[in-house]
Amino acid sequence: MSQIERQVDIRPPQGHIEVEDFALSYETIEGSVEAVSNTHIHVKPGEFVSIVGPSGCGKSTLLNAVAGFLKPTSGTVTVDGEPVNGPSAERGMVFQQYSLFPWKTVRENVEFGLKMRGMPRAQRERAARTLLGLAGLEAFEKHYPERLSGGMKQRVGIVRALATGPKVLLLDEPFGALDAQTRVIMQQILTNLWQRMKISVLFVTHDIDEAIFLSDRVYCMSARPGSIKAEIPIPLERPRQQSMMMSSEFLALKRGLMSLIREESLKAMGGEISDLGMQGLNIDLHGHSLAEIL
Amino acid sequence: MSSSAILRHQEDAVTTSVVAEAEPAPALDPTPKRAVGQLAAQWYRLNKESLRGVAIGAISLFLFLVVWHLLTTYRVVFFVRFTNVPAPLEVYASFTKAIHDPKFLMHLLLSCRRILIGFSLAAVVGVPLGLVMGRFKLIHEIVFPVAEVLRPIPAIAWVPMAIMLWPTNEQSIVFITFLGSFFPILVNTLHGMSLVDPVLVRAAQCLGARESSIFREVYFPASLPHIFTGLTVGMGVAWVSLIAAEMISGQYGIGYFTWEAYSLVQYADIALGMIAIGVLGLGSSLLIRGGGQLAMPWRSK
Repeated sequence: MSQIERQVDIRPPQGHIEVEDFALSYETIEGSVEAVSNTHIHVKPGEFVSIVGPSGCGKSTLLNAVAGFLKPTSGTVTVDGEPVNGPSAERGMVFQQYSLFPWKTVRENVEFGLKMRGMPRAQRERAARTLLGLAGLEAFEKHYPERLSGGMKQRVGIVRALATGPKVLLLDEPFGALDAQTRVIMQQILTNLWQRMKISVLFVTHDIDEAIFLSDRVYCMSARPGSIKAEIPIPLERPRQQSMMMSSEFLALKRGLMSLIREESLKAMGGEISDLGMQGLNIDLHGHSLAEIL
Repeated sequence: MSSSAILRHQEDAVTTSVVAEAEPAPALDPTPKRAVGQLAAQWYRLNKESLRGVAIGAISLFLFLVVWHLLTTYRVVFFVRFTNVPAPLEVYASFTKAIHDPKFLMHLLLSCRRILIGFSLAAVVGVPLGLVMGRFKLIHEIVFPVAEVLRPIPAIAWVPMAIMLWPTNEQSIVFITFLGSFFPILVNTLHGMSLVDPVLVRAAQCLGARESSIFREVYFPASLPHIFTGLTVGMGVAWVSLIAAEMISGQYGIGYFTWEAYSLVQYADIALGMIAIGVLGLGSSLLIRGGGQLAMPWRSK
């Protein structure tokens, strides 16, 4: 670990994200539409925080504002006290669509951020190899992304975002496009990496199991205009294991979050589905959130 | 592509057989032989489809020659008149004569030089202009209307204007070749730029890339497939424009050679000129395809 830290230049725990009085609205032909309103969130250094909520609640909007792609209409976004003005390598991001550069090999993708920083070739090659080793991808360093499976692509995406030693890691439904088995493995890999690197993580998902399994704290967002409806600490001990997902503690947390989300999903859909139809859905949920099914 | 695959497999087979023969193991003598046989069988099984394609292609070309031969020897007249069309053997005879004729070679070389200069200029101007237009809205807004007005004008229609514009005949022909390939290259580069995935740009920004790096590391490679489409189309139009320009205003070049053969009633040379143009066109587009594979290794399987 110490060897990796030296090579990749990971700074001591930093990355205090603070979002205050946040609101963001879009201009449309019918006037401005409020996507997110009156939102406060924070992530302490080294903390793993998830945001869950129904589709279209503005959770990705919030994440994109922290990344610096969107400017808040009002309120502030700061990392370690410094306001966010546009994207930077201090805030690594992982996208749902993998977003690997198809014209670069796996290793070149991981090297990209270091290259942008002006690190000499030999040094960044070594750093990239070390990181790929951590994610079990050494054998694929010379492959082009097209030839990788979805899970491997996303591992490269995570490693690439971590390579520059960012203060915070932002993940926008990173495992949404993966099958259930791969997703579980990826969650384990992500927690392992996070524990080694001690980096602040803000994780957006609509999968409640995933949010609980990974996080120290979960924010639950309400439907449009999005705002934080609840903040739920996850006191499960670390390191987390798959078996915990069957524990009564985990299930109680899940029940609580699910009822919150269900309420919001119903609100979001408004009159789209009659109460009668919803009762049928209530019975058939089988432990999944409505947002997941829809 | 298939032919390169065949070559690779042949090389594999050859190296394996060499290794097998080099092994000094007389007791196992029959084994390497069988291995080579098995390899050959396996190679045949894997390449059956492409071999079939090559065989059918060869037969089809041969049949084309036979039909050509028959039509011309019997001087068939059936709406289309084959009375004066040269037979394949006549064309071959004029080919063997021509390859020893420095004048014919000069015609070929001059045409190739015009293509090289005109097309290279078009690529050197068209690709960067397309990239810059795709990235900066103001430049797009200024250049695009002019390009759209000029684009539909066929390069051949520029011949009189080109003769007025340029001091020498040579320059005006190169200019027409340039114009022919310029617009396909520009339009395709622009199209490639418009299709660059914005998520890749955002990913690069998150990794600390600045404007110039994003241009070099994201926009350019992402547009390369379309740039090469533009180059391929541009090369085809460059030949069309060149031959037309040479026929109208040229003094040398393979297009002029073909037209001159008609004026001088040397019918075999007409076909020779046409075939030469076809071969040169095919060769130049193969060169571009090869360049594309070199420039985009991630796209070849």
